[in-house]
Amino acid sequence: MDTAFSSEDLKFQSDVREFISNNYPKELKDSIGSKRKTGKELSRDDLMSWHKILGKHNGWSAPGWPKQYGGAEFSPTQKYIFEQECARAECQYIMPFGVNMVGPVIYTFGNDEQKAKHLPGILSGDVFWCQGYSEPGSGSDLASLKTSAVKEGDHYIVNGQKTWTTLAQYADWIFCLVRTNPEAAKPQQGISFLLIDMKTPGITVRPIKLMDGSHEVNETWFDNVKVPVENLIGQENMGWTYAKFLLAHERSGIAGVARSKKALERIKQIASAEMSYGEPLIQDPAFKSKIANAELELNSLEYTELRTLAKDSAGKGPGPESSLLKIKGTDIQQMVTELAMEAVGYYANPHLGTTLSNEYVGPDYATNLSGSYFNFRKASIYGGSNEIQRNIIAKMVLGL
Amino acid sequence: MNFDYTEEQTLLENMVTSFVRDDYDWDTRCSIVKTEEGWKEENWKKFAELGLLGVPFDEDHGGLGGEATDIMIVMEQFGKGLVVEPYMPSIILAGGLISKLGSADQKNSIIPEIISGDRRYVFAYAEPQSRFDLFDVKCSATLDGDNYTINGFKSVVFGAGMATHLIISARTEGDQRSKSGITLFLVDIKSDGITLQNYPTIDEYRASEVVIENLTVSKENILGELHNSYEAIEEQVDLSTIAICSEAVGILQVLKDSTNDYCKNRKQFGQPISANQAIQHRLVDMMIEYEQAKSILYMAITADLSNPDERRKAASAAKARIGKAIKFVGENAIQLHGGMGVVDEYMISHFFKRATMIGILFGNVDFHMKRYTDLTQSNIQSINEEDGINLS
Repeated sequence: MDTAFSSEDLKFQSDVREFISNNYPKELKDSIGSKRKTGKELSRDDLMSWHKILGKHNGWSAPGWPKQYGGAEFSPTQKYIFEQECARAECQYIMPFGVNMVGPVIYTFGNDEQKAKHLPGILSGDVFWCQGYSEPGSGSDLASLKTSAVKEGDHYIVNGQKTWTTLAQYADWIFCLVRTNPEAAKPQQGISFLLIDMKTPGITVRPIKLMDGSHEVNETWFDNVKVPVENLIGQENMGWTYAKFLLAHERSGIAGVARSKKALERIKQIASAEMSYGEPLIQDPAFKSKIANAELELNSLEYTELRTLAKDSAGKGPGPESSLLKIKGTDIQQMVTELAMEAVGYYANPHLGTTLSNEYVGPDYATNLSGSYFNFRKASIYGGSNEIQRNIIAKMVLGL
Repeated sequence: MNFDYTEEQTLLENMVTSFVRDDYDWDTRCSIVKTEEGWKEENWKKFAELGLLGVPFDEDHGGLGGEATDIMIVMEQFGKGLVVEPYMPSIILAGGLISKLGSADQKNSIIPEIISGDRRYVFAYAEPQSRFDLFDVKCSATLDGDNYTINGFKSVVFGAGMATHLIISARTEGDQRSKSGITLFLVDIKSDGITLQNYPTIDEYRASEVVIENLTVSKENILGELHNSYEAIEEQVDLSTIAICSEAVGILQVLKDSTNDYCKNRKQFGQPISANQAIQHRLVDMMIEYEQAKSILYMAITADLSNPDERRKAASAAKARIGKAIKFVGENAIQLHGGMGVVDEYMISHFFKRATMIGILFGNVDFHMKRYTDLTQSNIQSINEEDGINLS
């Protein structure tokens, strides 16, 4: 057993650290920081600037992609270090839809034209992708989806509604699961994987406001949308296979250990500034024991992730164990957002910390912590709800 | 970075695994705990033959020079067999104190005898009022010429009935709860002035109350420095804590796997009870607790245990987190076994009982949560007003 990084890994770590400190724009940090605090929406530029900088540096915008497609092809350990360093420096995270989701599907199952057309834009960050999976009647039971694609000549005609389309308001393209064979014996067998240009006539995006007031997700409507047949990935009616492949990729890295660690550090600072029983809150036995408890969960999860990583490095890909990382990772994120809200006491109340005449109230650090708590209830629901993850483990790991 | 065993460690694991499988099957174990002695001395000889008694001792004294990982390997497999022979009390805890504090002469004469299986030391430290505080020592030793006279009472000394010798912590100076003034003494268990009250524990191990009345010990039999043993005691108890965490992880694996199998085989309403989602999700949560327990054990094993603060944090983090896993996995294992869970006849309750008693040994969840919290949450940092919380 050896959890020390090799000298090459340590060199890599210092390279990443140095690159971030020399290249992460100060203005971006300020702009994102102040918007997050005040609950203002991040612009497309806020979300993509760092991606674009990384895209010009040895494929670092796509840590897991093979070199032949322009990616960094990091080892699992390097990926872990990279993620740790980005979290440490509180860099804006890379949008997952292009790099982690559709990208690997395109280079694994797409044809040469599709690779040439789409991969460079994902890598550079010039093209913004969104995900068209869930529908109003198809959440956890994704295979029941109804959005239809009917082939007419050299086009598919797409009709239906997708929902929870994250950041569709910025998207240039959407990857969609559509039903191409309503007669198939099993629902999974009639599904295809289509790439659709968001500028195609017939697509309407409507915002869905979440309970913290944020606009992250949308409804996306398709009304006789004409999609060229060359936008089909792989074979018709084989979309479910590609979707499952994508979901396994989505779950790796979902634990968010490094980001939760950073947040916990921050809560300790807040709890040192806040007072309780006439003393800093950090000295309140009940509160500090909650922090310690979150730390223990996080320490355990970090080693669970490292063990998974060691397995990956030995050539065994991400398996159903990644469901465990999703469950515990999101549990901890929710624990942490709750502790942060709890730490600021009454100042959890003012919505976005601003008065009706736009003046800030309360300590700066308190702004929108309650919003973040409410927003993060999503974490145990998205990406396959934590109940679905338990079903996956029950079937795939425990053989029940 | 890797979590692999070396070739030697794989051999060690295979050896202990085959011992448990071939010499310590469930029926054999049940017959051993029913005997008057409550253990089997032949097994101790077998451990000596296999080299297990030398695992943590250095090579100069005939040991294997094993590290935390090697001890984990042995303890995890012993956990799976609920091995009652006093390996941790004698080899890890008492053996660790002798290795750490012994003079050259003491080590040369004692350690080879331990490794050969001819002597077994156990450490008598707890007292009725001390609970988990290792520094709370009333038992007194007063100097009278060249000898000390010891009087006191030691509680729940595991393996004392199987031991040939004791290490006794006694106060030679200071108040009852002072960290200085504690001295260790090496004594033959048959000495005049030592009376043992032996008993079986709820989980069928053996422990003793040790009454010490006017016990005479020569100055030469002090282990370590006069008045100054507390830090070494704390260190060796931390390392033993990590060892029993390893035992617990072995037990948790049995609890989790057996419950899984049971639920697949037990039929009600015409189907296995594992077909019910309520049962499936409980089994998944047990599996997650087991994996988290194993992970924090790995964290402790790979921590820098030579650094006192890192060692304290590692031991308390592991014991607190694993203590929670013991309760969750243990209680649910019994629940999901239904009536079979609560009977003495079926093995699952025995694993639950042992795991629960490990949860208490060297400090329970509350004790180690508090210790961990005190070690980690006291530093107050200044706040940078510019940073927000950014989780996503």
